[in-house]
Amino acid sequence: MALDLSNKNVHKIDITKEHCPMTFVKVKLALSEIQSGDVLEILLKKGEPLENVPKSLVEQGYKVLLIENFMDDIYRIYVEK
Amino acid sequence: MSNKKLSIVCFSGNFDKAIAAFTIASGAKAVGYEVNLFFTFWGLNIIKKKKGRSFLGKGILSKFFNFLMGGLKNLPLSRLNFGGISPKLLTFLMKKRNVATLEELIKASIDLGVNFYICEMSYVILGYKLDDFIPQIKGILGVSKFLELSQDGEIIFIS
Repeated sequence: MALDLSNKNVHKIDITKEHCPMTFVKVKLALSEIQSGDVLEILLKKGEPLENVPKSLVEQGYKVLLIENFMDDIYRIYVEK
Repeated sequence: MSNKKLSIVCFSGNFDKAIAAFTIASGAKAVGYEVNLFFTFWGLNIIKKKKGRSFLGKGILSKFFNFLMGGLKNLPLSRLNFGGISPKLLTFLMKKRNVATLEELIKASIDLGVNFYICEMSYVILGYKLDDFIPQIKGILGVSKFLELSQDGEIIFIS
């Protein structure tokens, strides 16, 4: 997918091994540590995390730039703070 | 984002019920709720600074009672406690299955900014000092202040 992040500060978090409620808790804590305008790359699993994390991010006013399949049951999300 | 608010009365000092309280608290705070935790009676054992058994409080009776109750490391399971073995077994299983342990949930709640309050009545009965508890306590409240803080939100009582 074409997503130009060349002029963005990109941070990464892997929550594929986490379970509720730590999936979104860890994302939220990671977002609290980055600057406004920075991008967070999130690796997460299909199912509850993929259904709820992007939804909660949008509800809280974050900009979800891209959701894509990374490999097998793992997805990758780019979100801008 | 909205003004969603959740207040949880942590009456129980049971290990499993503390997990429930902090799971809801951290989850709700992460999705944008204002979260207030009110610790009362047995629930105070969860937030004592000393995690083991210690002689806290004013007078011999308080000290003895506090020693019996213990702290975070002594919280019993509400059923099948087996002399304190079960909470340790559960914590082992939680780590093994990558599920957040009680201590991790408490830390996450603190890091996210959940508000911690102590019930004034139980605080007075056992002759505590504020220094007996973790430093994140925002205040010691009576019923009227509790009602004021939880107004227009949802209240959960964990007993």
